Formats: sequence, C-alpha cells, structure tokens
Amino acid sequence: MKTDVNEKALLEGLAQNDRTAIESIYAMQYNMVQTLIINNNGTAEDAKDIFQEAMMVLYEKARSGSFELNCQLKTYVYSVCRRLWLKRLLQLQKYSHNSNGLVETVSVDEDMEVHDQRNSDFLMMEKALSSIGEPCKSLLEAFYLQKRNMTEIAGNFGYTNADNAKNQKYKCLMRLKKLFFSEYKNHV
Amino acid sequence: MEQLQLLEAVERYLQNEMGPEEKGHFEQLRKTNPEVDQLVVEHTIFLGQLNKFGEAKNFKASLHDIHNTLVSSGSIKEQPSQAIVKQMWKRYKRVMGVAASIAGITTMLIAGMINSRKADTVELQQLNQKFERTKRTVDQLKKQVEGTPTEKVPKAPANTDIKSGGTGFLIDGKGFLITNAHVVAGSTSVIVQNNKGQEFRATTIHQNPSTDIAILKIEDNDFKPHDVLPYGIRKNGVDLGETLFTLGFPREEIVYNEGYMSAKTGFHGDTLTCQIGVTANPGNSGGPVFNKNGEVIGIITTRQIAAQGVVFAITSQNIFRLVDDIAKTDTTVQKIKLPSISSIKGLDRVQQIKKIEDCVFMVRSY
Repeated sequence: MKTDVNEKALLEGLAQNDRTAIESIYAMQYNMVQTLIINNNGTAEDAKDIFQEAMMVLYEKARSGSFELNCQLKTYVYSVCRRLWLKRLLQLQKYSHNSNGLVETVSVDEDMEVHDQRNSDFLMMEKALSSIGEPCKSLLEAFYLQKRNMTEIAGNFGYTNADNAKNQKYKCLMRLKKLFFSEYKNHV
Repeated sequence: MEQLQLLEAVERYLQNEMGPEEKGHFEQLRKTNPEVDQLVVEHTIFLGQLNKFGEAKNFKASLHDIHNTLVSSGSIKEQPSQAIVKQMWKRYKRVMGVAASIAGITTMLIAGMINSRKADTVELQQLNQKFERTKRTVDQLKKQVEGTPTEKVPKAPANTDIKSGGTGFLIDGKGFLITNAHVVAGSTSVIVQNNKGQEFRATTIHQNPSTDIAILKIEDNDFKPHDVLPYGIRKNGVDLGETLFTLGFPREEIVYNEGYMSAKTGFHGDTLTCQIGVTANPGNSGGPVFNKNGEVIGIITTRQIAAQGVVFAITSQNIFRLVDDIAKTDTTVQKIKLPSISSIKGLDRVQQIKKIEDCVFMVRSY
C-alpha cells in the first residue's frame, strides 16, 4: 500500500522537527505500541522507552531524505517496536517463543542496523562529553549545539573577553575529540 | 596557538564562512599539506557526529515533553500492566502450587532474619538526628529570636523538644510522604519542612517498625498538592554498579550525594534492604535513593558503624508491598496512587534535582 497523503505530510513535518507533526504521530501510534508491549510482559514505562526509540528510528529515516515508506506508517512503527522489544526481552532473558500476537511484519533489518550504529555513536559522544567535565561540557554545548556566539558565551561563562573563551573552548574541544576518537576508531 | 588558528580556519571553511579568495588559498593549502587535509576530514566527521548528537538529544527531549503533554491532556493513557498478571496466571497455574509451598518456607526464613536483624542494631547506626544535646542551644537561640519580630510563624508545638529528625519524600502529590519508622517513632507530632524553609504539619498514618517504613500525610492548608510527581518508584530490582544519587537533610539545607549500587542484599544478607556506596549522615534517614533515570529505588536507613561508606537502603519494592497491604483495610491509604513513571529520565542531573527537590522534605518529630 502506498503512503497516503496525510502520512506523507506528517513525515515531512517530522523531518523538519515540527512539533505539531510529531505530536500527531505520537498521539496516533502510542496506544497501539503500549498495548503490544503490555501484552508481552512489559510495563507502561517500557512502552514509553520502546516507542520513543522507534520515533528516533522514524526521525532518522525521515531526515535522511531517501525515505520512502511502502507500507502504512502504523505497520512500520509496529514492526520497529516489535524488533526493539524482542531485542530487549532477549537481553533480559525473558523471551518466550509464544509471545502473544507478535506476527512477522515488514522487514526493518536495514533500518535497525543504521539505527544501532547511530545509537552507539550517540552513546559514545554522550560518554565523551560527560567525561570532559565542567565547564568544558557546557561551553562546548553552548557553542556547537545551541549555536550561540562566542561573545555571548564569554559573558555567560564569566570570561573577560571572547578570545579567552575561544582559547578555553579550543582546549576543551581537543580533549573531547581525543576522547571521542579513541572510542570511535575502535568501533569503525 | 598556531593549531588553534588552523582549527578555527577549518571550522570557518566547513561552515562556508570564508570569502572566495581565502577559500581558494585554503584549498591550495589542503592540496599541498596532507596534515591539513587530514585535519579537515577528521573535523568534518567530528562536527557531523556532534551535530547528530545535538539533534538526537533535542529530539529525545521533545519526545519526553510531548509524552507528558499528551498524558496530561488525556490524548494517550498509560495503561496499568495488569495484563501480565492475568497472563502469568494462565501460563503458570501449575507452578503456583510449588511456589506457594516455597513461599511458606521463605516466610519462615525471613521471620528468622528479621529477628537476627533486631539483634544486630548495635553494629548499625540509624541515620536520624538526635536532638537532645542541641536542645539547650536551640532554646537559647529561640529566646534571642523571639526578641525580633519575624514573619514566619513556627508551627512546631511550643515547649516540646525535637526528638528526632530525618528526611522524607512524596509518594503521592496529594501530600503522602514516606520516611523511616525510626524517624517518627514515639512522636506526638510531626513537622515537615521543604527546601524553601516552609513548614507543614503532618500526621503519621502508618508505621511499620519491621520494614522501618512510615507513611505520613501532610495536613496543612498551606501545602499545595503536586499534580504529577517528577519521579517514579521502581518496581523491579537494580543492577550492581548502577549509579545512584540521594537527596536528604543531614543539615538545614538539602544535600545531594552520589554513589553506586554495591550489593543486592543488606546487612548480613537481609533481603529487604540493599547496600549502596554513598556517604550518608544522621538526618539522611528516610531519604530517597534515585537511579540515573530519576526513579526511586530505595530509602536510606542505616549505616555500618565499623565501615566507611557502607549504607543500607530499604528497596523500593517494599513501598509497593506496604501500600498494597494496608490499602486493604485503610481507606486513607487507598487514595495513594504510587507514581511508576519518571518524567525526568534523560534530563541532566542539575535539571533532575531542580524538579525533585520540591518533593523532598525534612522531617522533624516532636
């Protein structure tokens, strides 16, 4: 089945980080996923975790530009959640073969592989950032993630001028890069 | 500092902020100098990763936010996980018989353990504050204070001394608190105080000396109920080595501490409690122990006198057990709805604490 017009618009909204679009996808799909998880040994908390991870997968896919959904959005979300949940159950060693209503659906193998890679990249960066300590972490986040300019940052962090802040930022950045790449190169 | 300028140039180049002339010059440099080229490639990867990280982090935060909005607007409902019980019942009917007999034996064992625990109290120190000694100085201070008019009307009963002090935390936004039974044992009245210094009157609605848990209810018109608590209470166990943090009132100020899960059982193998590696002081008793997701996993109770940094906490499952148990007979307790979902998961620690600190109280019993 082809993606209908409405779902396509929602996915475009998702790619642009449009809150209304994300909210409608969330509201439409969440209850289904929750029922799936709860009927299979999970809790509402697990459902939230799994569903949000699936939203990440969808978001990554939507942003990649090459997204063509050749089934209903619902089917896709269901398949991803199913995969994620089975993986979680395996890790917890709770997996039982007669899992209720977990029918095989569309194949999401490739997407899951991409997602796992991204997830491990994310964790690596998170780990590196948390081990450089403060004020480095906040300083780099302010510049690279929140995209604030150096003069403003210098004021907020109590540096006498933008050049001082730049120097400090440079030192922090070198440490972060070193930490990140030492892990990253092991994984690639 | 040459490296600094070079890196800055690379960043400007990658952001396309260079003029055509400078850009040409830089590209030339890249061609002739392999080190510069290598730096550009490496930095591209790095900035790409950093960008993706930022996007993912933002997106995760907005998902949390949306979840909470949708739950409070009623568009999605969090189902209780009763279905499991039904399923399990169907699936494991036969096993139940065996389980029941094992349960019988276990009960006897636990009874034995509780007895031995009582005998051990010499080696353990309960972490409530004893106030007898400081009483005199407090009285003196009071006299001094009474000379100067203050806005705050003390709610503590006049002419009685503080018997014991500890920490407590909300388990229901309507004003139900959990603390240790030994904090409020033998008290005639209880006052709780939040981090802003506001005092509220509270009553002890249940105390259970064997699990060392007490439930208090704030009964004070000044108290504003919370709609939703930021943290949940964990039903399952915790893994060894998980990082934990605590908030408590060993002094007049709320104090934060960090640690880790050391052992799944408590003193002499006590299964009601677990051992955590944090520093705790008198006054921390009854304080919540959180995991990194902001879920309550335990209640601080005692520390071992003979060892440093060995602190025991009652596991959070006991809260569920106690509340379920007494809800059968006590109608006030039936109103308690224990929070199971933590909405502060994924936030950084500073933000988590900002949301939690309003729900942690100093408990003083008179």
